[in-house]
Amino acid sequence: MKFIEIRDLQKIYNDSEHEVHAVRGIDLSFEEGEFAAIAGPSGCGKTTLLNILGGLDEPTRGTINIGGTNVNELKSSERINFRLNNIGFVFQAYNLIPVLTAKENVEFIMHLQGRPKAERDARTKELLEAVGLGDRLNSRPSKLSGGQQQRVAVARALASKPKFILADEPTANLDSKATENLLDIMEKLNKEENITFIFATHDARVMKKAKRVIYLEDGKILKDEVK
Amino acid sequence: MKEYFKLAWRNIWRNKRRTMITIASVFFALWLALIMRSIQVGSYSHMADGIVEAFTGSIQIHGDGYWEDRTLDKTFAQETSLMTKIESIENVKSVIPRLESFALASTGEQTKGIMVVGIDPERELELTHPDRKLIEGNYFEGSSDGVLVSSRLADFLGLKLNDTLTLLSSGYHGASAAGIYPVIGIIKMPNPELDRRIVYMTLPYAQELYGAYERLSSLVINVENSNLLDKTKKDISLVLDEEIYEIMDWKEMNPELVQQIQSDAAGGYIMLGMLYLIIGFGVLGTLIMMTTERRKEFGVMIAIGMQKKKLGLILTIEMLMMGAVGIIAGVIGSLPVIAYLVKTPIRFTGESAKMFEIYGFEPIMPAKLELSYFLAQSSVVLVIFILAIIYPVNSVMKLKEIKALRS
Ligand SMILES: Nc1ncnc2c1ncn2[C@@H]1O[C@H](COP(=O)(O)OP(=O)(O)OP(=O)(O)O)[C@@H](O)[C@H]1O
Ligand SMILES: [Mg+2]
Repeated sequence: MKFIEIRDLQKIYNDSEHEVHAVRGIDLSFEEGEFAAIAGPSGCGKTTLLNILGGLDEPTRGTINIGGTNVNELKSSERINFRLNNIGFVFQAYNLIPVLTAKENVEFIMHLQGRPKAERDARTKELLEAVGLGDRLNSRPSKLSGGQQQRVAVARALASKPKFILADEPTANLDSKATENLLDIMEKLNKEENITFIFATHDARVMKKAKRVIYLEDGKILKDEVK
Repeated sequence: MKEYFKLAWRNIWRNKRRTMITIASVFFALWLALIMRSIQVGSYSHMADGIVEAFTGSIQIHGDGYWEDRTLDKTFAQETSLMTKIESIENVKSVIPRLESFALASTGEQTKGIMVVGIDPERELELTHPDRKLIEGNYFEGSSDGVLVSSRLADFLGLKLNDTLTLLSSGYHGASAAGIYPVIGIIKMPNPELDRRIVYMTLPYAQELYGAYERLSSLVINVENSNLLDKTKKDISLVLDEEIYEIMDWKEMNPELVQQIQSDAAGGYIMLGMLYLIIGFGVLGTLIMMTTERRKEFGVMIAIGMQKKKLGLILTIEMLMMGAVGIIAGVIGSLPVIAYLVKTPIRFTGESAKMFEIYGFEPIMPAKLELSYFLAQSSVVLVIFILAIIYPVNSVMKLKEIKALRS
């Protein structure tokens, strides 16, 4: 069995008037250490797939197995804990906690895990240095640029030592320089630390960097390309 | 836990204006409520003290059935042993014997039905202080055979100091009663009703006038602490033979006043209830706004692994901090105002003052500082605040992370 296995995944949104078949039968698996992009036109189901994979949403049919755990069988609170300890999230809109500094945002997730202070301090510094923000530890998000905020978000996603990172359009709000910078950092983390990244994107720069690109169309896999 | 407080504390200062509005609402509601209660509690005890000190005392012992039918036949024997026994009861400050009855007063031209009160001059000084009400002449000295006449009665009868007053009545067991007494003082009773018809004399002379030797119509009991009135009354009743005596407290002797206080208090509570209702909904509104605005942020927190219960806890801490600041500020802020009103009571003039005079009170509304209403009102405000917290916190705890993230 692969590290992540998605079987016969379907998602139907029941809007008031009509049903939307966002995902129509997807089988997909990932190995540890992948650097993969899910691509496709707007509305093809990328976000839907990623949310279900991250245990944020429930599939209409099918199963998600992550490292031996059947995610959609978990209760709500178990699922939250599963996410805390296994998955790192990076969002398009950064979504840092505005009242906490860069350092505290990264530390926050380790607080939730109940890690000791010494470990938190060391890891926070290490991570923020790794994303090139060793000198902005005490800045609040509002004092950081979009690119810097997204790098804090990557550090936060890594803080819990997750098994993999899910990033939905992480570069959509960034200019090309910040995008380049962010991608380099993630690529380095992937190469050197063997951290698994799965992106949803329609950003060509991301697809170019990715080692595997899964093209979706209308809720189905069109092409699964490993470089 | 420290982490949660930090987060809560910072969130409070995120939207300063709204935080201030929330704190100010709580502050204002409690501040107003406390001041209002201080005046109410103060006026009630002013009235109670007034009526107690003016005449009735806190508790009275009569012969059984006297209060219904105030005749000399319902008097009881004056026994020193009973008085000492009552005096030794806890919280009893003094026991004051009286013999009260009616008489016709005349000065030749004018005649009027009046009330004769035979008092123990020494003991009466501990409660009603007739000496302080003197506007002319002197108080009783030794076994004086003189009388003190209330000012309006003196005017009506055309009496002056050192004139003589003739009293006619029927005495104990139907004997006839008559006597002539020199006027040694004129007193001004605050209660105009009493001021029109009271004559004080010493107890032995009153007993002689009515032929009620060694008999009393009442023992007036003065207590140290009026909060313990009920217990003291019970303690006293234990030493009394209920076949012979009846015991009444000032509330039983002044039912109209008690009723008036109760209806005033009820009105006050209705006003407070309305105030709290308005403020409560106002606070609820701001708290709901505060949580709906941050839905997305909550969604992110839950997504990255924060349990909804923890989130609820942080929010509760955050909101309770605001409530607590408001409550503490309300308590502290009301203190100087109440202290001022204790020292400088609101004084009535004109029509509203007359009401007070009828009962013989000074026409003022003094405030009173008491722990009880501070505790009560702060708790009520806290409970209302907690009720206002429940809905927004609960709705956050029911948040679906996927929906919240999308908002
Ligand atoms: N909560 C929802 N209720 C109803 N329909 C939804 C919901 N979320 C998504 N959809 C629909 O499901 C389909 C897939 O949406 P999804 O957001 O997964 O696409 P996407 O590939 O991420 O698009 P984009 O590139 O624009 O982000 C779309 O048709 C969308 O309108
Ligand atoms: Mg999307």
